[in-house]
Amino acid sequence: MNDLWLKVSLSLQTFKTHRLRSFLTALGIIIGVSTVIAILSLIEGLNRSVAEQIQSIGSDLVFLSKSPIVMAGPRNIEEIANRPDLTPEDAEAINQLPSVDVAIPEISQQLTKLKYRDKEVASVRVIGSAENFSKVNNRFVESGRDFTRDDVTHRRALCIIGSYVAKNIFPEGSPVGKELNVRGHRLKIIGVFREKGAFLGQSMDNMLVMPYTFFEKIFPRGESVIERAFFGYSVDIKPKTGQSEKTIDEVRELMRRRHGLSFDKKDDFEIGTQQMLMEIYQNITRVGFIAIVAIAAISLVVGGIGIMNIMLVSVAERTREIGIRKAVGASNQNILSQFLVESVFLALIGGVIGIMFGLILAWLISVVSPLKASVSLWMVILGFGFSAAVGIFFGIYPARRAAGLNPIEALRYE
Amino acid sequence: MKKNLTICRALDICKTYWRGKVAVEALRGVTIEIKTNDYISIMGASGSGKSTLIHILSCLDTPTSGEYYLEDKLVSSYTDLELAKVRNTFFGFVFQSFSLLPRLTATENVALPLIYAAVSKKERVRKARKILEKIGLGDRMNHRPNEMSGGECQRVAIARALVNDPKVIFADEPTGNLDSRTGAEIMDIFDKLVAEGNTVVMVTHDSTVASHASKTVRLRDGMIQNE
Repeated sequence: MNDLWLKVSLSLQTFKTHRLRSFLTALGIIIGVSTVIAILSLIEGLNRSVAEQIQSIGSDLVFLSKSPIVMAGPRNIEEIANRPDLTPEDAEAINQLPSVDVAIPEISQQLTKLKYRDKEVASVRVIGSAENFSKVNNRFVESGRDFTRDDVTHRRALCIIGSYVAKNIFPEGSPVGKELNVRGHRLKIIGVFREKGAFLGQSMDNMLVMPYTFFEKIFPRGESVIERAFFGYSVDIKPKTGQSEKTIDEVRELMRRRHGLSFDKKDDFEIGTQQMLMEIYQNITRVGFIAIVAIAAISLVVGGIGIMNIMLVSVAERTREIGIRKAVGASNQNILSQFLVESVFLALIGGVIGIMFGLILAWLISVVSPLKASVSLWMVILGFGFSAAVGIFFGIYPARRAAGLNPIEALRYE
Repeated sequence: MKKNLTICRALDICKTYWRGKVAVEALRGVTIEIKTNDYISIMGASGSGKSTLIHILSCLDTPTSGEYYLEDKLVSSYTDLELAKVRNTFFGFVFQSFSLLPRLTATENVALPLIYAAVSKKERVRKARKILEKIGLGDRMNHRPNEMSGGECQRVAIARALVNDPKVIFADEPTGNLDSRTGAEIMDIFDKLVAEGNTVVMVTHDSTVASHASKTVRLRDGMIQNE
């Protein structure tokens, strides 16, 4: 320990003598480490806010749909289109499963424009669903009332609007009781949802919900392959607390039975969870993550070569010193570790400055942009570990060269 | 220290090294013995192999052939680590050009061998100071080599050679870089060290320096001329 401290203070002395040279040498490491830290903390921050938002959609929901939630790779759209449609009756049957709290059918369309007198909103998501919509989706009707069973069965022309729609079309006064015109049908507004914010930059309040029975009347299904494949019912299922695994199994079994699938046939429906959404998202960011790591690795290698270069110069410059040290009893091991400590120290100084610089960079970005930065201890450890590894890897060759010097030749060196 | 105990015994030492493609036979069968409290000077013209001999005797270099025993142990069987230890604890070495580390103070330079002997810092400083006092450099403890005269530097180097209580002190032309008055002062120190019971082996081409020794070995073309 005493010995190590001695070597560290010796290294410090070397840096003091060659300030500029040491700084320039460490610069490669500084740039590499600060890039990694800054970008990692931004990705981490993004991951966290996405995770929070996915949680806010509703905790541990299970989705049943005809088409995959996210299309990964080429899929046969024809095959998807020819699958049996999911129906409100499916939702009703799922509702009866022992592990299920509530299940509701959901169907939606994007409306390019929704008008009320001289006001309008664009790209409104119009949803057809049932009375438990707000319960399943963690929504809360702020003013007015929620749907009832009767509203759905009697196909009433009613709707609840999102806060974004309410704010834009009815800037003053309550929208409750007013009538909206959707594709030539008049719908009475019975309530307004509390604001939910944005998810992945998209407002979740630019929406309108009506009983699915009435939705069917407004939006008849087209017969094109795309429409058959993607614009049908899905079922949103809220499992009883802690039973989502069981729910997935029960839903799968039930749907296979309802679709009359024999045991050798594949599922003709898709079951997804929020966990899967999260995983899909993480898969996307992982690609970025790997790219960053690759870039950082290159800059660390470049930095490492810089260190190796300067250490070789240092060994040549100090040949006499090495000779003297050997003459008074330094072993090869002593010399090796002295130079190794120096290169690791050099790399670590670069690492520490890089970490600080990276954190400042991440903080700056999160101040001037909407991106959030989140710093974890593991990043700092990673930055530290990486620079130490570079110091060892690129320091070992010069250090071995120093250690292997013949004392007599080293002493003669001028 | 008892007198006349054999410390080093070199038998038929040969050393050939290569200068480019030319083989140089620096030593051609040298046999020499060093006993406790010996004061030996090795003389010879330049190229006679005297430096090579002292380097081999002090384990800074290894012979091409021949046997070298340290207290009856064969040196060629030593590992690098053991050789480093021998250089550290068995021998002290004084160079013609002082060979001090320029960035270290006198005290730090003297304490250098103790670092490799794993002596604690406190003890290192204590020992180094004690020896510097003894050698008359009590007021130069925190000076760096470039702040001292040649004679002072050489005294620091002698202090460094002494700090680990070596069995033999080797000196390679210790007065070679000094004027004659300072050289004489340095020789006084060696004389005193021998009087205190130390063993000194030095290389010189200066017969007045060699006359301090009780025994002179003359080398010529890598062989001992007479004894």
